[in-house]
Amino acid sequence: MKEENVIEVNQLTKTFGDFTAVNAISFEVKKGEIFGFLGANGAGKTTAMKMLIGISKPSSGTAKVAGFDVYSQTESIKRNIGYMSQKFALYDDLTVKENITFFGGIYGLSRKKIKEKREELVSELGLENISNKLVGSLPLGWKQKLSFSVSLLHEPKIVFLDEPTGGVDPITRRQFWEMIYKAANQGTTIFVTTHYMDEAEYCDKVSIMVEGKIEALDTPKKLKEQFRVDSMNDVFLKLARIPSPTLPKGNGENIDRN
Amino acid sequence: MSISLSNISKSYKKVKAVQDISFDVNPGELFGLIGPDGAGKTTIFRILTTLLIADEGRATIAGFDVVKDYKAIRNSVGYMPGRFSLYQDLTVEENLTFFATIFGTTIEENYDLIEDIYVQIEPFKNRRAGKLSGGMKQKLALSCALIHKPKVLFLDEPTTGVDPVSRKEFWEMLKRLQKKGITILVSTPYMDEAALCDRIALIQGGEILEIDTPDAIVSEFPKTIYNVGADNMYKLIQSLQQYEHVYSVFPFGEFVHYTDKRDSFEMADLQSYLEKEGLADISIETAKPNIEDAFMELAR
Amino acid sequence: MKRFIGFIKKEFYHIFRDRRSLFILFGMPIAQILLFGFAITNEINNVDIAILDHSKDASTEEIINKISASKYFTIKQMIANEAEIEPAFKKGKIKAVLNFEKDFSKNIIKERKATIQIITDATDPNTANSITNYVNSILQNYQQSENKSIQIDYQIIPQTRMVYNTELKSVFMFVPGVMTIILMLVSAMMTSISITREKELGTMEILLVSPLKPFQVIIGKVVPYIFLSVINAIVIVVLSIFIFKMPVQGSLLLLGLESVLFIITSLALGILISTIAETQQAAMMISLMGLMLPVILLSGFIFPISSMPVPLQIISNIIPAKWFIIIIKGIMLKGVGMAFIWKETLILIGMTLFFIGLSVKKYKIRLE
Repeated sequence: MKEENVIEVNQLTKTFGDFTAVNAISFEVKKGEIFGFLGANGAGKTTAMKMLIGISKPSSGTAKVAGFDVYSQTESIKRNIGYMSQKFALYDDLTVKENITFFGGIYGLSRKKIKEKREELVSELGLENISNKLVGSLPLGWKQKLSFSVSLLHEPKIVFLDEPTGGVDPITRRQFWEMIYKAANQGTTIFVTTHYMDEAEYCDKVSIMVEGKIEALDTPKKLKEQFRVDSMNDVFLKLARIPSPTLPKGNGENIDRN
Repeated sequence: MSISLSNISKSYKKVKAVQDISFDVNPGELFGLIGPDGAGKTTIFRILTTLLIADEGRATIAGFDVVKDYKAIRNSVGYMPGRFSLYQDLTVEENLTFFATIFGTTIEENYDLIEDIYVQIEPFKNRRAGKLSGGMKQKLALSCALIHKPKVLFLDEPTTGVDPVSRKEFWEMLKRLQKKGITILVSTPYMDEAALCDRIALIQGGEILEIDTPDAIVSEFPKTIYNVGADNMYKLIQSLQQYEHVYSVFPFGEFVHYTDKRDSFEMADLQSYLEKEGLADISIETAKPNIEDAFMELAR
Repeated sequence: MKRFIGFIKKEFYHIFRDRRSLFILFGMPIAQILLFGFAITNEINNVDIAILDHSKDASTEEIINKISASKYFTIKQMIANEAEIEPAFKKGKIKAVLNFEKDFSKNIIKERKATIQIITDATDPNTANSITNYVNSILQNYQQSENKSIQIDYQIIPQTRMVYNTELKSVFMFVPGVMTIILMLVSAMMTSISITREKELGTMEILLVSPLKPFQVIIGKVVPYIFLSVINAIVIVVLSIFIFKMPVQGSLLLLGLESVLFIITSLALGILISTIAETQQAAMMISLMGLMLPVILLSGFIFPISSMPVPLQIISNIIPAKWFIIIIKGIMLKGVGMAFIWKETLILIGMTLFFIGLSVKKYKIRLE
């Protein structure tokens, strides 16, 4: 089942002028895997992810996402992936139903399909009583669960989650992860970028980026064994210690610019 | 200086932000308000820093009332709001100088207090604050909040959105400040930071769930927690939730924290149940509860 | 005091580091004054006209010569018959056609009257009106010179004299208006934006939780903009004197003092806006909709107040800009002194005190 590679990245590089944001990274993600893409602020996570979702052109290297080339087939990539970020998720001034309909619409789902999905999703999340309420009035945790479900509407092969659960209460956060497990179990690949280390513990495989390079790539368990520590947080601290990313690289600029 | 809140309530229009909040922070204590977004942490901070007036209840800082004596409080506390409130278009040094000036002091005068924080960002003192990385902004904001030698420091989610290395360094700084006799009230959504405080208040939905030392809160956890692992996480969670004796199931990284309804838990019974459900590589062992377990139990 | 100076210093950093608003701050007055001065004008210059001369005699020739000699008209085309009039207009270049009747000279002599038809393109009514007036005055001029030799019974010669703006230069009318708009916008919009920016950034929280007193924050915000607005006012006056040769009849000192008064009125309005608006965007919208539009429409800047419907005339009284425009028009164009504008000045002072009082009352020492 988990044989097929849905993301294949080889020596992928992105430079801005003389600054190398992403430095020859290589990794593979298998179908149905939960892949944690970790790194400090400014380590190059966002830049790397932008290349994978087809909105930024790599400087060199190759990458295939859902079988499509990131240089030439970005439109096909976009059709086959879902995306959710903490910064932008849903429209606060539309109702739950309107949001679902809208996002179903932009992914080209038929009206019948949208209606079907909408009902399924509303009942699955237990939102029956509030499906006509504005999303802005929902608690953060519900918004994020809804937003994740919406990113799955068009049954994408891969979902990219950009720091999905920051600030959410522990119980909702776990419900969120249960949803992720479920999606992964059904064969959807999950790609999570985060700098919350506790989120890393939930992943099947993690990569840790430091200054544009992938410094570690394995299962959380093996990484913890390798570094002889108890948590991914400690793995991260050990990796990032030399050199400290807070003492900013070179010129101290925040290079994780969007 | 001590902080004291008794029966504080505050609503915005119809929404209750905090309800009947009472706690005391002792002089020199490092006290943590731990809770998710929307728990009411920022409202408490704003009431204490005299920015909001509570609908009900009373709060004092070093005996000064936050409503009546707001001027006295404003002169003696340091406050770092939730967002790093710096002037993005001013340089590091200009920001610090500005905050020093409005508090009627100079950088030189109080340099000893901020020294070990400021030296880390001093190499970039001519850089505009807007161009700093998250960790550096956080350090600058802390320096600015400390520049007038406050006796009480209010830090509202200082580590949110900051990478683990910066977070760790930040807590080390707080410990050092505490040693200099500063009372610190800090809020955070990260449960793992709770253990670094002397005492904590767990807060959710505007209400306090529990106030105590982190150790006491954990040791009061009423159940035994079992770390359960198996080859398929999703199936494991599903199966455990359907197990007849289940009390709670929470994924915790690569394991699931499971608690049982019964007083006498039979590991072998669960093992065989899970096997019947078709799971492999099953591991079950007792685990120590942490603050997050306690929080979830209290919030149930 | 040191705190206060530190605060002002910070404000200047903000202003000088934000190149875009700095450009707006100083680019806008210059652009506006030039635009209003050159482009938007009621004067006519070198208007293209066509002539349809059915007589082609000595009188028509002389009139045509006079017309073509004036700087107002350029004779673009001679038309042979009525049928060509329409097409000439439709081509769009011609703004007017002068149609001389047949036997023009003869009729003057024989019947003591002759007719010229003036056909104007009234798609632009102002220009059409002006063209008619200018042609009339050229004809009158011609008539007078002819009549000297001919004795007639009697004649009323209207002698029009425009005072204070003898050349009817519209730039003279616009300068006071533009100055008012600029001062209003720079002062009110910029201050309200700079205060709401601190609210958005969250720095206002820190300022509030500091020993800095609220009035120090406000005055600290206002002082830099008084300074900038005064510079703007000077730029505008200098531009109008040197580029448009606009005379300033009255006392420059009085003009300066009245401008400072109006700047303070606007700043008070800006502070008032910032107590209502929570975001920079809201502050900008309120400033534009709530201040700029009334100033343009109701202050008498473009549309004369006396020809407005009575309710609007009444409303115009509560617009500070109206009074300021009266004051500076008086000083610049009429050269009047305090004796003639004390009433308007008092009204402005009253309004300013009212706005300051209101914003002090509304200013929050807390977040709500």
